[in-house]
Amino acid sequence: MTVTAVRKDADKLTLTLDAEFEATPERVWQLWADPRQLERWWGPPSYPATFTSLELRAGGRASYFMTGPDGQLTPLGYWEIVTAEPPRRIEMIDGFANADGSPNEEMPGPGAMNVTIEPIGEGRTRMSIENIFPDATAMEQLLAMGQEEGLTEAVGQIDAILAEDTIATAGDRR
Amino acid sequence: MQVAPPDFDRMFGALADATRRDIVRRAIDGEEGIVELAGHYPMSFAAVQKHVAILERAGLVTKERIGRRKVVRANLEGVLMVRRLLDRYEELWRSRIGRMTDLLAEDAPRAQKETDR
Repeated sequence: MTVTAVRKDADKLTLTLDAEFEATPERVWQLWADPRQLERWWGPPSYPATFTSLELRAGGRASYFMTGPDGQLTPLGYWEIVTAEPPRRIEMIDGFANADGSPNEEMPGPGAMNVTIEPIGEGRTRMSIENIFPDATAMEQLLAMGQEEGLTEAVGQIDAILAEDTIATAGDRR
Repeated sequence: MQVAPPDFDRMFGALADATRRDIVRRAIDGEEGIVELAGHYPMSFAAVQKHVAILERAGLVTKERIGRRKVVRANLEGVLMVRRLLDRYEELWRSRIGRMTDLLAEDAPRAQKETDR
C-alpha cells in the first residue's frame, strides 16, 4: 500500500493523504504537469477525465470533464493554479466551471487542493495531498462528479463510530 | 448527479463542537436523559439542553420517551453520513494513488531495482 497516512477532520472539512512512490519528485511532478498522464489517473477507468487545457504555473488554469460509462459528460471542472513550484508544491482552487471555463456560480463553491512533493531518500518520494472543502454540499457534488468504481460503503463503520472520538478527528489510518 | 440534502451543512456544523461530539458518543448508548447528560459537563442544564437541541435539528440525535423518562439517542445513520463523505473521498484518493503507482511502475523498473535490497 503506497498510502502511508490519512487524516480526516470532520470539523474543518479537510482530508489529507500521504503517499510514497518509487520515483523521483521530478517524475511525480510529471503526473500532474502532463495532461496525458493526468488523464490516466484523475478519473477512474469507468469515468476517465479529459483535460482540455492545463497550465501548471502560478496564475494558470486547467479545465477538464469526465466521461461516464454511458458516454454522458460530467459538468466541466476547472483548476485555478495559485502556486506551482516544480517539482515540490502545487496550490490550487478546484471548482465547477461554465462552458467557457469561468467559475460556475450555480454549482457548489470551489475547494482548495494543495500538493506537496518531497524526496525521502533511496530514490523515493512522498506526496501529500490536502483537500479543503468549502461545505458538505460541495463535497457531495464533487464526489458525484468523481464517480469512483466500487464506492461501497465500508462495513464496520458503526464500529468505527463506537470507537473513541472517531467523529471528532477520524484518527489516522494506516 | 446527486446533490446532498441541505442537512449536511447542519450536521457538520453540529459536530464542530467538542461537547456536542461527546454528547453524540454518549447518546449511542441512548440511556441518558438531558439531566444525566448535564452531569458530565461543567455547564448549566440549559446549556446542555441547547447543545442537544442543535444536535436534534441536525438529525444526529433524537429524544425518545421510555416510560416516564426521555432519553437522548444517537441517530446512527445521520452520524454515519458525515463520516461516509470523508471516507468516500479517502477511497477516491486511494484509487487515484493506486493508478499513479501503476503509471510510475510502467517506466520505473530501474528505480525499483535500486531500492530492492
